[in-house]
Order: sequence, then structure tokens, then C-alpha cells
Amino acid sequence: MNAIILSALGGIVMMFTGIFTQNKIVIKNIAIITLLLLLIGNLLHFYGIYMLHVDVKDMLQFNNFGLFFNTIAFTSTLIYFLLSGTDITKVGINVAEYFALIFFVLCGVSILTSFHNLLMLFLGIEILSIPLYILTGADKKNLKSNEAALKYFLMGSFSTGILLMGIALLYGASGNFSIESVPSTTSKVAEMANSSILTPLGLLFVFVALLFKVSAAPFHFWVPDVYDGAPSVFTSFMATIAKAVGFIAFIFLFESRIAELGPSSRIIIPFVIILTLLIGNITAVFQQSVKRMLAYSSIAQAGFMLFVLYSNNDISSEGILLYSVAYSFATIGIFAILIKMKDYTFEGYNGLAKKEPLIAAANTIFLLSLAGIPLTAGFFAKYYMLLSAIKANGQNALWLVIVAVLFAAVSVYYYFRVIQAMYFKEGNPEIATTNTSFKVILLALAAIIIFIGLFPTVVLNFLYF
Amino acid sequence: MISLLLILIPLFTGLLTFFLKQEKTAKNFSIFSSVITLGTVCIAIFFAQNNQLLFNTQWLPALGSRFSISLDGMSKALVLLTAISFPVVFIATYTNKYKSSHSFYALMLLTQAGLMGVFMATDALLFYFFWELALIPVYFLSSIWGGEKRIAVTFKFFIYTFIGSLLMLVGILYLYFNTVVPSFQIKDLLAAKISLKEQNILFWLFFIAFAIKMPIFPLHTWQPDAYEQSPTAVTMILSGVMVKMGLFAVLRWLVPLFPESAKTYSNIVIALSVIGMIYASLIAIKQDDIKRLIAYSSIAHIGLMCATIFTQTVIGTTGVMLQMFNHGINVIGLWIVADAIEQQLGTRKFSELGGLAQKAPSLAILFVILALANIALPLTNAFVGEFLMFNSLFQYNVWVAAIAGISIILAAVYTLNMVQKILYGNTVAATEKALDTTLNINWMLIVLVVIVFALGVYPQPIIDLTKDTVNVIVQNR
Repeated sequence: MNAIILSALGGIVMMFTGIFTQNKIVIKNIAIITLLLLLIGNLLHFYGIYMLHVDVKDMLQFNNFGLFFNTIAFTSTLIYFLLSGTDITKVGINVAEYFALIFFVLCGVSILTSFHNLLMLFLGIEILSIPLYILTGADKKNLKSNEAALKYFLMGSFSTGILLMGIALLYGASGNFSIESVPSTTSKVAEMANSSILTPLGLLFVFVALLFKVSAAPFHFWVPDVYDGAPSVFTSFMATIAKAVGFIAFIFLFESRIAELGPSSRIIIPFVIILTLLIGNITAVFQQSVKRMLAYSSIAQAGFMLFVLYSNNDISSEGILLYSVAYSFATIGIFAILIKMKDYTFEGYNGLAKKEPLIAAANTIFLLSLAGIPLTAGFFAKYYMLLSAIKANGQNALWLVIVAVLFAAVSVYYYFRVIQAMYFKEGNPEIATTNTSFKVILLALAAIIIFIGLFPTVVLNFLYF
Repeated sequence: MISLLLILIPLFTGLLTFFLKQEKTAKNFSIFSSVITLGTVCIAIFFAQNNQLLFNTQWLPALGSRFSISLDGMSKALVLLTAISFPVVFIATYTNKYKSSHSFYALMLLTQAGLMGVFMATDALLFYFFWELALIPVYFLSSIWGGEKRIAVTFKFFIYTFIGSLLMLVGILYLYFNTVVPSFQIKDLLAAKISLKEQNILFWLFFIAFAIKMPIFPLHTWQPDAYEQSPTAVTMILSGVMVKMGLFAVLRWLVPLFPESAKTYSNIVIALSVIGMIYASLIAIKQDDIKRLIAYSSIAHIGLMCATIFTQTVIGTTGVMLQMFNHGINVIGLWIVADAIEQQLGTRKFSELGGLAQKAPSLAILFVILALANIALPLTNAFVGEFLMFNSLFQYNVWVAAIAGISIILAAVYTLNMVQKILYGNTVAATEKALDTTLNINWMLIVLVVIVFALGVYPQPIIDLTKDTVNVIVQNR
């Protein structure tokens, strides 16, 4: 509850800050302080300290899993502010509003990690999405940014429509919005609802809408254009926190309901995983722009995260948290560097290691982590996903796991192209001047990624205290 | 505890070397570090108690993985080889110039740490970690300091190995779920209950990973290019020590874990290995480049070792153990010669060389001895190993032994052809200005040649080192 209230308040505070000051540094620092308060508020919730006692009528339920994801999301946002905060202030003139919108996105995140009612799911997704549409179009004078925003808005509204349709059907089946009244394998609520066609159909609609939000194939078509067109700072945010939370919503709703999609569910999920991995990885190979490559690679990473639906066990829930950490931290780092570059193509990175050895080294660690090389957090993220699949289905999962690791090997190809450009090719990359604190934070982030790569359980122990 | 030092010394000195900006300091420091490691290995092998060679501590309790390493008989030979190779390579290539050489030496030492870990790990997940840790520095070494086609070639090498290791990871995970207690320890994996069908699938998942590393035909295509394009110091490590990772892994993990499958598929594996031997030897005959010739000859030698492992006899396994060590020594010697020629004359093609023996007599003598060891002539170390291996192949199947035997003849053809074209005949323009090799190189070659003769006459020390594990491996099935 703390997180929802504080993030909404934070958004309002940021909006008013814009009235009182136009000083970008002041605004940025207020945003960082507000975010720190939000983080502390969320941590207090772990210890049962609440700001307000609100009767939520069981529409929200808080558990350690959701709260821990909140912590991940807020920490990532904090790192994001620290690394790219200055660049956010450079997008346009409405600086305070950008920060306000980001806080509203975080409010959506907090709702999605605690919803216990289909209406709350809908509200959470809308609160999350609408600020993102605006942020995508933040670069008002840029045609690409406008196009991306419009595209995102239209496609997003369409998927919301599907979501609403699904919720309506589920309501029709049970007469109730609570997710407990949606039949699951553990609790057969209403025999009548169970036998009705409305439940599987409604669940399927919700399933598709959520696939859209997490950019899984075949509902991924908006991703490349939107990620490419949006101002790079906001792409970074969109591709990490706003996306990872989609999987949390998935888990809450579908953890015990995958089977309710009907007998085809056993085909649908492997199909979606493989298609997502295939499209994401293969298309990323052919990109010329690092930013676009990252857009496709984020589709590919979603393919790995979808294993959480395939396995549905304790390992996969732990794994998705670890994946969110590994993926968000690395992506935020890579984007923070990308924003500083003048030229977004692979050639633009040529010779970066000579000019900025520290930045290149950090970037290498982020890329290795995304590729899932051991000693980085990304390895254990993928490891947990594969482990969960084998645990869930044993020998039958083996083929899916083998396909997935082969695609992981493909991903090495495009991630390593950046490393090759930085280290092995000659060139004079144009990079904006960076101050020492940027480099220090970047290296600290890289160190955290390596630390998690050696001791992933340190992060996960958080879940159980 | 002392086994842990073998990983920590190169690891920390390697990390430290990144900060030594002076070229000379970095060079001397890395030689110093590798000599210390060699000394530690000698103490560990010859003086330490057995219980001091184990190290076992908590690492990831939630995952059931422990940081457990052990220096047993099988690893002793290879750890010793690793420890000998690095100082030899560093000293022999002392005069080579590298841009930002501190990073070069740092990455080399990190590779050594990874190799030591691979040879000692007794926990599957830890083994996988070290397997990759040994690969990544090599990727950077070859891509930054290699020849002109280095980027594409090294990348091919990396992708190949990475695919293999990922398949192995899937295999490890699958085994993990079938252990009695969740654990990655080799003894628990050995006790895992898996059906024959599962064993067969897992066998191939592991075997592909190791076959790429060795390399076994038809997965060998990365190897000649990678050897040619890498800087020679790296090639020495690649072919001298790193390919032994594959052979070692077959002996340590594959055969003990899946004994039935190893028996079922032994004919396929042996057939592939023998095809590879003949194929690589034939290609080697047509080569005009010293590096490529040694690369192909290396495929042929590794093929023989892999085939012998799958005959699963005591005598053959002993031969493989011995030969893994010997092949490392011989091939590093040949690379040193190749590097000396290339550094001085700027070419590696036989067609542009000739009559070098007149200009560089000491190099010529040492080169000839190493070349003869490559053909496995009696009195050289390789003879003992190859004799044992052919003996074992003969017991397995006469025809296989006969076909594999052709490769010995072919080895003589290409090796002697190379020696003749480089050393003898008339001096040509390129060799006209050649000088005899420097003291560093000579001394290192002499060290290697002494080992060649010593083990050729009296191979018992290495056999004694590995005897216990050979018996364990062979009796285990």
C-alpha cells in the first residue's frame, strides 16, 4: 500500500515542482529524493509498517513476492535516474512532467504487483500504459517520436480492448471480479463457470492482452518502431521496468490457471516461447542500429522470461525476479551509454575501448550479462529459467530447453558485435562528455552484476525474510 | 588448500597485471607469477599430503552447488602441463611486441586460472563456470592481438564452443534433477538414477560440447583458422593445453557418467575420430603454412587419443593420459619454432623458406628433434604414448587399428616434408638474412627437448601420477 500511495503522491509532487522551479538540476534531485522515499516506504512494508490503513476490500493483496518486485523496480528506477537523469532533462522543456509520468508508471507497477481483482489488473495496466504513451511522444518536434507514440497508443488501446473483453467474459462466467472466482487447478470455484466456454475464452483474451504488454510474439509488432522512435532515455525505462512487471501480472493471474486455457495450453505456451525467441533473435541479427537491435533483443529476452508460464513452479518465480534484476540492470546500463553516443549504429561504437576504456569495460559486462555468459547475473537468470522448465516437465521439456539455448547462442552474435566494435575495430567514436560520477555509477552497476553472477542467492534470500 | 592456491595465484596476479602500465614490468611480473604457480604445483604434486589437495566449501547452498576442487591423479598430469606451459610460453615469446601488453599478459594469466579450475573442479556447475572462464579471455586475446582475419575467425571459435557448452549445461541440469540429493558433486551425479534412454540423450549433449573443444571431425572447422589467426603465444596455449580440456572432460565426466552409452556409441565415436585422423593428415600434407600444418597434425593426434578413450582399456587410458601431457609439450615446442621463424623472417610459408639450417644451426637441431617427436619416433616421449594407444585400439578392432595406423605414415610424410623444405635445400632470399635464435628461445626449446627425451626413455613418473585414476575410470563401468 505504501508504494501505491507514495508513488502517486510522488507524481503529484513532481507535477507541482514544475510550477515552482524550472531549474533542471533541482527537479532531478527532487525526483531522486522522492524515489528514495518511495523505496524506503516500500521496504517499511516488509516490516509491516504502513503509512495509512486503507480497507481495500480484498481488491489488493500484498505478499513478499510482489513487494520484492517493487523493490527491484524502484531500485532500477533509482539507478536509471542516477545514470540518465540528466538526459531526461534534455528531452524537452517539460522536465518536471517527465519525472511525474515516470512516478505514475511506478504507481501502475505497484498496483500490478498486488492486484487481487480483475478491475485492479485493468487499472494497473492503464495507469502503467498511458504515461508511457506520452513519454514515447515526448520529443514533440521529432516525427519519429510522434509516429511511435501514435502507433503505441493505437496498438495499446487495442490490446486494452481485448483485455476488457476478456475480463467481461470472466465476469460473465462467475458474476464476480475477484480473481479467486476465476477457476484454477487448485480451487474449483463454481462448477457452472467451469463448464462454461466463457472462462477459457475470457482467460485467452486476457492472456493475449498480457502477451502484447510483454512484447511476446506474435504480438510484438509494435516493439521495434516504438522502442526505436521513442527518445532513448524513455526506451530504456519502457524496455525494462514497464515490461518486467507484465510477467509479474502474468504470474499472479495464471500461476494456477494455465490449464484452464484448455487442452491447447500445452501447445500454446511452447509455441509462443519458440516464436518469440525465433523472431527476436533472428531479426536482431540483421539490425544495423544498436538501438533497434536492443529492441529486438528485448523481444528475445521476453522469450526466455516466458518460461515462467511454461514451468509455473517455485524455481521459475524466483527466476523471474532474478531475470528482472539482471535484465533491467544491464539494459539500463547499456542504454545509459547509448544515449551518450552520437551515432547509434554499430560503427558508431568503433574504437570506444581506446577512447573511454572504463565505459567500454562496463558496457562489455552488461552485454555479457544479456548474452548469459557465466560470472554475470544474466547467466543465472537464464539458468533458473532452464532449471525450472526441466523441473516442471523433465524429459519432455528437454527439446524446448535445447531450442532455447541454441537461440541464446544466436544472441551472442549480435551482443558481441558491439563488443567487437568497441575493442577490435579502429575508429573515432563521438561520445558526449561524461563526468566521473557517471562512470563510477556505471562501474558500480557492473560490479553488482558480477556479484550477482557469483552469488545469485544473496538476491533471492531477500524473498524469504 | 594448496589446490585453491593454484587457481588464486594466476587469478589475482592476472587482475593485478591489468594495472601494470609498463610493458617490461608486466612481462616480468607474469613470468614471476607463472613460475610461482609452477613451484606450487611441484610442491602439491610431490610433497603434499592427499588431504591437502582437496578443497571443499559452500558456494550456492540453495542450488546444491559447492566450490569443490581436488587435485587427483588425472588432474595432476594436466595441471603440471598447464603450469609448465605458461612460463615456457612467456619466456619463449619474451621479445614479441604487443600493443598494451599489460592487458595481454593479464588475460593470459586469467586463462591459466580458468584452465586450472577446469582440471580440478569436482562440481559440475563449477566445472561449467571454469570452462567458460577459460574461454572468454582467449576470445579477447585472439580478437585483439590476432592476424588480419582475427575477428571473424575468433568469433566462429567462440560461437562453436559456446553452443557446445550450453548443450552441456542442459545435460548437467537434467542430471541434477535425477540425483538422490540435489547436488552437482560428481559423486552424487554418478549415483544419479537415469534410464538408458535418458543416458543416451545426455551422452550426446555432453559429447558435442567436448567434441567441439577437442576437436573431433566434423566439428573441427573452427580449429585451423583459429590457430592460424591467433597470436602464437595464444595458439600455444590453445593447442598445447586447451584442447586437452575436451579430452580431460571425456575422461573425467562423460565416460564415468554414462558408461553404458559410452559403450553403445563407442563405434560411432571411434569411427569419427579415425576419419578425422586420416582426413586431417591428408589435408596437412597439402599445407604450405607452418601454423596450419601443425593445426591439422594436432587434429590427427587428438583424434587418436579420443578413439583410444572409447576402447576403454587400462593400457589405452594410461596411454591417453601420458599422451595428453606429451602432446602438449611437443606441440608447444613446434609452435615456438614456428613463432621464431615468423618473427624473424616475416613468413610462415615453406615455399618462401629454405636452407635455414645453415643460418640457424641450433634452432635446426632442436626443431628436428621436436619434429621427430611429432612423428612418435622411439626414444621420444610420443612413442610410448602412441604405442600404448595403438595397442589398445588393436585389442578393440584390428581394422580400426590398421586404418588409424596409416596416419602415422602420413604424419611422417607431412612433418618431414616441412622440416626438409624449411631447414634444408638452398638458402633463399628470405632466409639469407636469418640469424640464429635468441637465448630465451633456445633455452625453452632445450627444456622441452629434455622432457621429450626424459619421458621417452622413462615415462614411469607420469604413469605413476595417473595410475590410480586410470584404474578408477576403467573399473567404474
